[in-house]
Amino acid sequence: MAGTAVRGRLTWVTATVDAMMDETAHVRTLVLSVPGWGGHQAGQHLDIRLTGDDGYRAERSYSIASAPGEPVAITVERLDDGEVSPYLTQDVQLGDEIEVRGPIGGYFVWEPVLDGDAPLLLAAGGSGVVPLRAMLRHRMQLGSSVPVRLLYSVRSLAEVIYRSELDEASDGVAVIYTLTRQQPPGWTGYARRVDQQMMAEVAWPVAREPLAYVCGPTNFVEAVAGDLVALGYPPQRVKTERFGATGTP
Amino acid sequence: MSPISRGFHRRHQEAEPAGRVPPGQYVTSDFPVLSAGPTPHTALTNWTFSIEGGQSPASWTWTEFQALPSETVTVDIHCVTRWSKLDTRWKGVSLDVLLGAVSYDAPYVLAFCDGGYTTNLPVADLTGGKAWVAFSYDGSPLPAEHGGPARLLVPHLYFWKSAKWVRGLRLRDTDTPGFWEMYGYNMYGDPWREQRYAGD
Repeated sequence: MAGTAVRGRLTWVTATVDAMMDETAHVRTLVLSVPGWGGHQAGQHLDIRLTGDDGYRAERSYSIASAPGEPVAITVERLDDGEVSPYLTQDVQLGDEIEVRGPIGGYFVWEPVLDGDAPLLLAAGGSGVVPLRAMLRHRMQLGSSVPVRLLYSVRSLAEVIYRSELDEASDGVAVIYTLTRQQPPGWTGYARRVDQQMMAEVAWPVAREPLAYVCGPTNFVEAVAGDLVALGYPPQRVKTERFGATGTP
Repeated sequence: MSPISRGFHRRHQEAEPAGRVPPGQYVTSDFPVLSAGPTPHTALTNWTFSIEGGQSPASWTWTEFQALPSETVTVDIHCVTRWSKLDTRWKGVSLDVLLGAVSYDAPYVLAFCDGGYTTNLPVADLTGGKAWVAFSYDGSPLPAEHGGPARLLVPHLYFWKSAKWVRGLRLRDTDTPGFWEMYGYNMYGDPWREQRYAGD
């Protein structure tokens, strides 16, 4: 489990909301201008801090949605009983200032130089696609030919985040959806929760020494990671990021 | 001076109990799972807990471990990802019992686990009734995704220090970073001083 050490003090800086894009009815991407941002790796996250006019503060962590070198972006799913996500998806305006610190986390990252030509298996449950999208953008930016399969478990096509970008996925990237709640007429793809049969069909053969990144709710990650280990993936080749029922801010 | 976010306000009206929730944390009623890799499943027949690196190392099988005196404790836990959970009930063996079985003068330990996870702690934070190796949660055997069969329980530090799937402690003369500490998380992790990352 070795990797690059991330050191040095992380300080809060005031960022400006530069652009906003609605991804789905509940999901919005915010592009932030962060003074002094020291760069990040695909898969890392950052912390957001909001302060109300009564001094009340809340902090949350969000995965970074953009590739290294691109402006910092986060993609936020609105949780109706949440405190920060409704503000970030509904109330925040262009030009507003919010506090940011990061990047954070150095394990759930794709490092093209260190990781070489290993094929990537990306598995996303719902908004777990966000850090994996940063990896896809990084790969595109590099002109990398590393083959990628993205398995994306989502309730319906309407809930797919980054739909147009994924539809245009470049050579060497296969996007496989499983629509767990609602399928359009004539849908021939997967229409169930992930299981070992699905993973056996989708995952790269172990002999190709793939690297897997799995991000989503706990039950999704437990299922996918467990299935991959059962298929023979070495546990250290399966990197996970989980969020619990209230774990997604 | 932090910028004010117009229209941002506290949404959760239920008052959090005074003095029980560290800065930057919110209370959750469920029990989120966070781990860096797949959940390991070690058969109890192959499980041991070891203390290495002292003058007299010690190791317990699962059966021997279960025969040690255990305690039931109710504690608040605080995850660096900002959730806190109050009044969690655990059963485990106090580190006072385990460290009391060996002789050592090292001031630090590196806890090691199935799956390769490690975390570093001062011995002083493990002794004096502050830490346990817990094998039961809320009256039931500790589920694998929460660190079963046994995990460290060090509730006064951020919860990544309460290593899941713990298999032992390595006594050390120096404080060497564990897994998350290598990736920029704080060497000590006091939630009341909000020591989340290196330098906090």
